Amino acid sequence: MNDLISFENVTVRYGRQVALSDVSGHFHKGSLTAIAGPNGAGKSTLLKLIIGMLKPKSGKIKIANDLSMAYLPQIASLQHDFPLSVLQAVCTGFWPKIGNAGAITPEMQRRAGEALSEVGLAGFEGRQLSHLSGGQFQRLLFARVIVQDADLILLDEPFAAVDAETTGRLIQILLNWHRQGKTIICVLHDLLLIQKYFPDSFVLAGKCLGHGHTHQMLEQKLLSFDLDMAELCPGPEDESHHRHD
Amino acid sequence: MNRITAMIDLLISPFADYAFMRRALVASVVLSFGCTPLGVFMVLRRMTLLGDAMSHAILPGVALAFAVFGFSLLPMTLGGLAAGAIVALIAVMLTRTTQLKEDASFTMLYLLSLAAGVTIISVKGTGVDLLHLLFGNILAIDNATLWLIGSVTIVTMFVLAIFYRGLVIECFDPDFAAAIPHRQGLFGQGTQHIFFVLLVMNLIAAFQAMGTLMALGLMILPAIAARFWTKNIDHAFPISMGLALVSSFAGLLLSYYQEIPSGPAVILVAGGFALASTLVGQHKSILSYVIDRK
Repeated sequence: MNDLISFENVTVRYGRQVALSDVSGHFHKGSLTAIAGPNGAGKSTLLKLIIGMLKPKSGKIKIANDLSMAYLPQIASLQHDFPLSVLQAVCTGFWPKIGNAGAITPEMQRRAGEALSEVGLAGFEGRQLSHLSGGQFQRLLFARVIVQDADLILLDEPFAAVDAETTGRLIQILLNWHRQGKTIICVLHDLLLIQKYFPDSFVLAGKCLGHGHTHQMLEQKLLSFDLDMAELCPGPEDESHHRHD
Repeated sequence: MNRITAMIDLLISPFADYAFMRRALVASVVLSFGCTPLGVFMVLRRMTLLGDAMSHAILPGVALAFAVFGFSLLPMTLGGLAAGAIVALIAVMLTRTTQLKEDASFTMLYLLSLAAGVTIISVKGTGVDLLHLLFGNILAIDNATLWLIGSVTIVTMFVLAIFYRGLVIECFDPDFAAAIPHRQGLFGQGTQHIFFVLLVMNLIAAFQAMGTLMALGLMILPAIAARFWTKNIDHAFPISMGLALVSSFAGLLLSYYQEIPSGPAVILVAGGFALASTLVGQHKSILSYVIDRK
């Protein structure tokens, strides 16, 4: 099979709190998958498992060898007034490859400039991060993903706090990655976007409610505009501050 | 011409005439190089209060060592290191396993540490000893202490150079830092632990000169001031170092001519720069706020 990532009965806990319970499923190479579910469903947790930031309490995760990953965290987790220029921030995308000692070459700076043009931030290179709007900041994060040129792209709520025009532009970039054969896994809430652009879905609510083609998820009412997604949540006993989504 | 000569004489003669002033200057200048880059990262990581807690946390270890060995450099250094490490570990454990958040855990432990330290010193020593440990005595620095401060500064600058990008990315985007797959041996949560070790080492080195209550001042105050003068992280380091150097020099002169304790004098000058920067600094100061509103 061309499964890039597979989960087998994976359970994750934050202290006493169960974040994911007995989750099984898989992601194909080249797929474009939306991870959907209510708040606290474990969506970000699933991404962090794939990246290796979290270890499962039980169960197995298989990830293809030599897979390069790029991760776009939730925008709220970044310091928006950090004293870096836009170009410097995009170039942090090269740091995982070059480590501390490697230099940012003129070629890398050129690629960073191209990525900024692609996301509509041409001419912003020297601007400080604190001068960017929320939408511009999100575009910058997309530019950083572009320069990472990874096989697997993981996005955590990339369209949160972004206007419709920016969302449209970012969606086009995402579809472009999909055309290039990259595997994309994206946490998002907007059912309209999921229905329109994401061929596959993975529906979570503490456990995996279902995964597969988005139209099947819609047919099975696992994804629905009428469904009160909060009802699907197994009802955590204690809202832990460790929950990430 | 005579005025200029007199002015230079006023600035130079205390250091030319007295060895203890020269030692104090060397100690505070060397400390400025190691402490201020840490301060810049602490301001960026929004952990200045955590640093304050750690500066108090070393006191019971130092006090116990003082109670057993008297004013002896090595036991007091090791005692401070051990106490700092124990408090940090307990605070992290409490944060992870109980409902306490990091700030509450550290505050609880640092208050306990301060009370325990002061009690131990009061029982075993005199009021002068207590003042010495709390506020330091930069004018009584001996060769061994200078070696300690020098060694800590060299190690700090070397380690910061190696882990610079890891520290920057962890401040700017902690989730991205944690997600870096191969870590290059340089990234990930290890960076945070290394930072804590450097912090405690520098607090102990600074404590010898400034005392536990003032140790953080030379670290944080120039870094706070630098935030108002630059938006570029690469410039924040030299600016804060420069301010710390000037504070050290001016503070020691103030102490000499006004006959006030030297540690607090250095911190008063550094604090003056920080306060002035919040008032008239180039970026997001009170002055720029007023100008923008007009």
